[in-house]
Amino acid sequence: MTLKYLIQKEFLQIRRNAFIPRLIFIFPIMIMCVMPWVMNMEIKNIVVDVVDNDHSTLSSQLVHRIEASDYFIFHGEGPSYAQAMNDVESSKADIILEIPPHFERDMKRGEHPKVLIAANAVNGTKGNMGNAYLSSIVSQHMAEAAMSGGSIKTTAESAVSVLYLYNKNLNYKLFMIPSLMAILVMLMCGFLPALNIVGEKESGTIEAINVTPVRKVDFILAKLIPYWLIALVVMTVCFVLAWLVYGITSAGNLGLVYLLSMLLAFIFSGFGLVISNYNDTMQQAVFVMWFMVVCLMLLSGLFTPVRSMPHWAYLTTYVNPMHYFIDAVRTVFVRGGDFGCIAHQVLALSVIAVLMNAWAVYSYRKNS
Amino acid sequence: MKQFISFVIKETRHILRDKRTMLILFGMPVVMMLLFGFAISTDVRNVRTVIVLSSVDHQTQQKVEALGANEYFDILYKVNTPAEAELLIRRQKADIAIVFGQDFASKRSDIQVITDGADPNMAQMYANYATQILQQSKMNNPISAKLLFNPQMRSCYNFVPGIMGMLMMLICAMMTSISIVREKERGTMEVLLVSPIRPLMIIIAKAVPYLMLAFLILAAILLISKFILLVPIAGSLFWIVVVSGIYIMVALSLGLLISTVAKTQLVALLASAMMLMLPSILLSGMMFPVESMPVILQYVSAIMPPRYYISAMRKLLIMGVGIDKVMHEVCVLSLMAVVLLSAALLKFNKRLD
Repeated sequence: MTLKYLIQKEFLQIRRNAFIPRLIFIFPIMIMCVMPWVMNMEIKNIVVDVVDNDHSTLSSQLVHRIEASDYFIFHGEGPSYAQAMNDVESSKADIILEIPPHFERDMKRGEHPKVLIAANAVNGTKGNMGNAYLSSIVSQHMAEAAMSGGSIKTTAESAVSVLYLYNKNLNYKLFMIPSLMAILVMLMCGFLPALNIVGEKESGTIEAINVTPVRKVDFILAKLIPYWLIALVVMTVCFVLAWLVYGITSAGNLGLVYLLSMLLAFIFSGFGLVISNYNDTMQQAVFVMWFMVVCLMLLSGLFTPVRSMPHWAYLTTYVNPMHYFIDAVRTVFVRGGDFGCIAHQVLALSVIAVLMNAWAVYSYRKNS
Repeated sequence: MKQFISFVIKETRHILRDKRTMLILFGMPVVMMLLFGFAISTDVRNVRTVIVLSSVDHQTQQKVEALGANEYFDILYKVNTPAEAELLIRRQKADIAIVFGQDFASKRSDIQVITDGADPNMAQMYANYATQILQQSKMNNPISAKLLFNPQMRSCYNFVPGIMGMLMMLICAMMTSISIVREKERGTMEVLLVSPIRPLMIIIAKAVPYLMLAFLILAAILLISKFILLVPIAGSLFWIVVVSGIYIMVALSLGLLISTVAKTQLVALLASAMMLMLPSILLSGMMFPVESMPVILQYVSAIMPPRYYISAMRKLLIMGVGIDKVMHEVCVLSLMAVVLLSAALLKFNKRLD
């Protein structure tokens, strides 16, 4: 019964705070409306420089083809490779296509003129993808030219077609929105409880609680339950905004996404309390929390695939709750998996949640 | 001059005696460099592959072997129907499926590559790699492709300049502003102001240790990136240091500006975190390319100093071009330095009146 009054007290405190109730609604809205536009690693607007040493019909057709492609921005035709290279070095162009002299003549003769593509690969993803797209345009063009000329016997080479599952238009927002949900739950349920308890420590009101017969478990639960409810509100805001603003809805059962985010909320609220139990000032707590959060976030596969990590870093994902969450939530939200697909992650998250909250209760000391 | 030096020594002692600040100042660059350099990568490797094969013949065998021999793809499963492969991908047991048509060799049917579009960039990269390998048998590929500056496509080439931009901002702007505001908050600023030294000198003396620290950390970052991450320093070291110097001036002026406005440490912390850190991570092109953003955000990013610094460092450090190619960035940064510094000094003088 004491629990009820304690929770009531927490809600009163949250409501009377000028800042937190606004934060709970405005922060998710801001994040969901702005971040998907910013956190966009989609590669587009690649600027191409063409060096046409042939100036034939065939080569100018190829140039037109590149101009027409909406993937590339055509920067211009340079007189020489060195000139084009100059553009790349001053970041005016990203990729160079050099058409060799006598390109058309050699094609007609059935020889194999070499077209050179040089991509700026400082951003490896961009360089690689630009290269692949330009290559496919060029080779398609050359294949068509060879076919119409009839100079090359069309060797029956099996074509390779590509199918992208679950996300046919390769919409980057569909990748980012589950990550943003994870970040929001983590920030809301991690930082707020940590600041809450440290705040009580700093203002000295925690002493008042410590002298009452309230049990440790009750006290901790009363601190946590409001933030679990806040997580529910935040997730709902996220779903509604994803649907309204981006037209993205869950492919799988929404209940499963709620289940996963509640588990994540359990973990991070417990984690926030653990940190607050070991730190005495707000500044300390914020720094420690921030550091942990950044590491957990970067090593979880929210932005980059965990499979690309070196082995030692990959091993850390076995204890990283964020990794299980993002894996499972993408499986449900994007790929439309059912419970069977995420059973393993749900189990792992539950275990971490139980351990984390047990640690929170254990590390809370009434005597200083 | 003697007074000035003793002020600098006092400030240096402040920094050295605060264990937590020291930890942040030196621990963070190292952790960030290692995390971004090693762990955060978009390199293609260990791609879990499913082969969908209804009948084994010589040709398919050859293709599967070519894939398996490749360092990027691990062939983990062989199944009979695409539906089974789809289930494996959905359960996150595999990333890509290669589907060979029935009677592949005799009928010359096509190959289909199915990838998991949940991560669009990686899906495209996987598909590109697989397509390349599967088509390898085709003689005389008419295109010779060249990846400039970063032939192995390591992602840390892209991240190192970004981390430099972020850390310099963090150390110079955030730490300077907090240290000045701390003196105000504790009231020790009054004590300093009644000392015979001129008020402007006090502020400059506060900035000097952070300036030196910033150069120290710059050296540390360059050493880590060269010897641990194996990112070559392609350009001239002299210009790298000069451009970094200008950027450090910009960051210090920003820190001073914040400190003249903020009344408490918490406000200074929040102001520098919200106004400097977040935009410099998100809008500067460090992780997320500026050209992919909507136009309005591109305009916002145009006033972010880290954007120009990161772009200049990418050119000088990774691409190794001459200083004439980064003139644009250098000019913008110098302009920002002049404007911010004079604003900070003006604001500071007013406050004393």
